[in-house]
Formats: sequence, structure tokens, C-alpha cells
Amino acid sequence: MLDIRIPIGLLFAILGLLVFAFGIATNSYPDMYVKSMQININLWSGIFMTIFGAFMLVWAKLSAKVK
Amino acid sequence: MMPFYYGSKARSVPEYLKLRFDEKTRGLNAILFAVMTILASGISMYALAILMEKVLGWDFNLSLILSAAIVLGYTYLGGLSSAIYNEVLQFFIIIIGLFPIVCLSLYEVGGWNGLQESLAPIVSSKGFAPDAFTTTWKYSGAATSNPMGVEWYGIFAGLGFVLSFGYWCTNFLIVQRAMAAESPVAARKTPLIGALPKMFIPFLIIVPGMVALVLMNTPTSGFSITDPITGQPNYDLTIIMLLKHYLPSGVLGLGLTALLASFMSGMAGNVSAFNTVWTYDIYQSYIRPTTNDAEADSKHYLKVGRLATIFGVLVSIAAAYLAGLFGNIMDFLQTIFSMINAPLFAVIALGMFWKRTTGHAAFIGLLAGFTIALIHHGLTAPMGATTLVKGGWISIVHVYPVEMAQNFWTAIFACFTSASLTIGLSLVTKQKKTDEELVGLVYSLTPRVNMNDGKWINRPSTLAWIVAIIGIILTILFW
Repeated sequence: MLDIRIPIGLLFAILGLLVFAFGIATNSYPDMYVKSMQININLWSGIFMTIFGAFMLVWAKLSAKVK
Repeated sequence: MMPFYYGSKARSVPEYLKLRFDEKTRGLNAILFAVMTILASGISMYALAILMEKVLGWDFNLSLILSAAIVLGYTYLGGLSSAIYNEVLQFFIIIIGLFPIVCLSLYEVGGWNGLQESLAPIVSSKGFAPDAFTTTWKYSGAATSNPMGVEWYGIFAGLGFVLSFGYWCTNFLIVQRAMAAESPVAARKTPLIGALPKMFIPFLIIVPGMVALVLMNTPTSGFSITDPITGQPNYDLTIIMLLKHYLPSGVLGLGLTALLASFMSGMAGNVSAFNTVWTYDIYQSYIRPTTNDAEADSKHYLKVGRLATIFGVLVSIAAAYLAGLFGNIMDFLQTIFSMINAPLFAVIALGMFWKRTTGHAAFIGLLAGFTIALIHHGLTAPMGATTLVKGGWISIVHVYPVEMAQNFWTAIFACFTSASLTIGLSLVTKQKKTDEELVGLVYSLTPRVNMNDGKWINRPSTLAWIVAIIGIILTILFW
């Protein structure tokens, strides 16, 4: 059976990188982040999701090695 | 209770009732359960439709039909194991999608302390103590001193005992996973594993909800959940409006995906539960029993199951309009649970732990519990109710301050009636099941399996302690 950590990790790593790149690209847009009180929420969410996705992938790899 | 569901080898809760009691108890439960799943999937469908309506600006009726089509396609394609995979993924999407709102909304009001301060004048203006919205038990001495409108024993018995156990011990979405578990230990862990994330979901929902209350009372915020037609606040819109209020494009898409995911999993879970119960517990048992041709049978039942899915989705559309009338889907869902889960919990708990419980008694107990719940709902209404869906359709003899108070008491009455009748009638009717038939189904007749083999970290009891300790800490923190 497929280790569920792999699809989770892939999904969030890819999505996280996308959102992170979008955050960098739109960082200088003045109106973009009015709603979020000038916090570049895309950038931060992207970082957080990428780390989470990577953690899942590493975890899956480590437990596969143990077995 | 999970080891007994697992040990019974049943595929559904009604099937367990058949093995433990008799055919009629199973039939009654199967019908009530089918109604409940339809109503519950209607609720998710309504939520999905208002999401489309508010975000994409489409007509509500069109959105509803479209969301029905999405669910139909979604449930048609997958089976149970793909559904379980999907649910785990959806769980993480929900958490990560809603997390930015929690951070941003808390940041705007100045953290937890700022939130408490901003809430204080709002709560005071309603006539409660300033910290009544951020504490659990502190003001539950009298029903009038807390915004929930319930005193401590009502919360404890209604929510803490009847509705919680009703959910964790009889809800198909939980029990089905225990039945499909790979071992008794895994079955026992099912609700415990489910409980861990459930404890953190409130932070994603209640905290932004409290900030929404602050924003609603700050005219300069531009935040509103008022329904343009009725002029009343529609609380079902809160999370959707918060997403629109805080999130820029980018994470907004993620937040919407999170909501979509949660509504779809809610609907798909209920529709597939309806499908199982209808096909196995109603159709196969009463309408067309199995024949000698097993292959033709399974083809036939598969076809019936597919038709049941379509039928379930269609009826859910009607239920979605009902949910829209109620104006608060959480209260609506809890009302349904208080009528159907509460008596069922009494009957199943007695059946599992008291081998004297008889089939006749269980049937009457279940029927009477449900009837009392209906009557209680028909005779009482929450304050300011404008629709008969909220109760009072016989005549109003008692008015509860809020919907929550009404459904806690519905649950208490239903469970108590059901339990006392089941006990009383069991003592005067004859037990038709022999002890041999009840092995694996009843606590006192089932050989104890040692669950404490292996490393301490993998034992169900370790997990149970972790859940209990976190629960106690949270209770003290938010006393």
C-alpha cells in the first residue's frame, strides 16, 4: 500500500513552492496585501507549506529505510 | 465499544443491531440512519452552494445543483479505501488552508489578549460578564448567566455525555473505520486517533469566529454576514466572508480549496454511508434478499448501490433548502444528532454492556426515544425562532434562550427515555438470544484480548491517556 506521507508531502511541497514564488513575484505590488494588513501572507504560507511537505517526504523516506 | 463492533464482523451499525438484538431493531435504525445521512449531506451541500454563491457570485439554486453534480461524480468514482486516503489529504488541506486566517485575524485584534478585550464590550452589551465568551464553565452556574443559555448539568449531560458519546460511539463515519480496521487494537485506536485532530479543529474555527464577531461590531471594518433578503445575520457565511476579508489572491485559492475539501468529504462520507445502509440493511434485507447466484447478486446490488447514490444526492438537495431555512448549520446538525444518535447511544451502550438487554426492549426504547425527541422538538422553540424547522410545530410550551439549549435537552430527554424503557422492558421480556450468539457482541461474554502487548507507545491505553491529559489541560486553560 502506498505510504500516505508521500502524496501529502508531494502535494504540499509543490503547492508551497508555487505559493512562495507567487509571494515573491507580488511582493512589491502595493494593493496586493492591503487585506492581509501588509503581511505577505503568500510568502509565509509558501515557506510553511514547503517545510511541511519536505518534512512528510523525509519522514516517509526514513521509515521506509527502517523497514 | 470499538472492540465489539469489530468483533461482531458487522459492516454497519444497523447490522450490529441485528446480530445483537433482532431484525426489527435493525430495520428501524437503518431507516432513521438513512434519513440522518441525507439531512447531513444536505447540510454540506448547502454549505458548498453558499460558498459558490458568495465567492463566484452565482445564483444559489444553480450553485446547489452544481454542488450536487460534483458530489455525485466524486462518490461515484471512489470506494472506501480511496475515500480514506482522500480524507487524510483533505484534513491537512483544511488545516493548512484555514491557518492563515487564524494568524491574520488574531494579528488584527492584537492576539488572544486583544481578542478578549475587544469581545468584552460586546458580551457586556448582551448582559453577560465580560469574559463569558472566552470561558467554558465559569458562568455555567445558571442558564441565564452564560451566552449558551444552558446550566452546567445541561452541558455536562446533554453535550458531554449524550451527544458526545452518541457521536463517538454510534456515528457511522467513526464506527465504519473501526469495522474496517486491521486488528482489534487498531479498531480500538480509531476514535482515539480521531480525537487528537478534533481537539485542534476548534482553534481553526472558533478563534476566527470570535474575531468575526468583533469585526461585525466594528462598522469601519466593512465586514458583514448580513443576509440581503432577511436582513438578519447568516452565521453560515462567517468563514467564507472571513476568507474574502483577509486573504489576497494566492492563499485565497488555498482557503477556498480547504472549504471545498471539507464540504465534499462531509457529503461524500454521508452519501456513501447512506448507500451502504440502504443497500445492505434495507434493500438486501427486506426488498430483495440474496439468491443462490452470488455473482448476479453482487452485480445487482452494485447497481442498486449506484442508484441509491443518485437518489441520496437528489434528496439531499431538498435537505439543503431545509438547512438554509435553519440559518445555522451547526445547530441544525446537532438537532438531528439529538433526535437520532441520542436514543441509539442508549440502546447500543446497554446492549454492549448488559447481556440481559432484549430485542423487544431495544426496539421499543429506540422508537420511544426518537418519538420523545420529536415531541420535545415540537413543543419547544428557541427564542426568536421564525421557522418551524427550529421547533414548536405542535405548540410552544417552553422557550429556550438559544438553539443549543434546546438540542441539548432534546438529547437528554431522548437518551433518558430510551435507556429507562430499554432497561424496564428487558426485565419483563424474554431474552431470545443465547449466550453463544452474543459472544463477541457483549462485554461480559467476550474473552478479553490482551491489548497491552508490544511497546508501550503503541498501546491504545497510552493514546487514551494522551487524549485525556490534553483534554484536561484545555479544560483548565479555558475554564
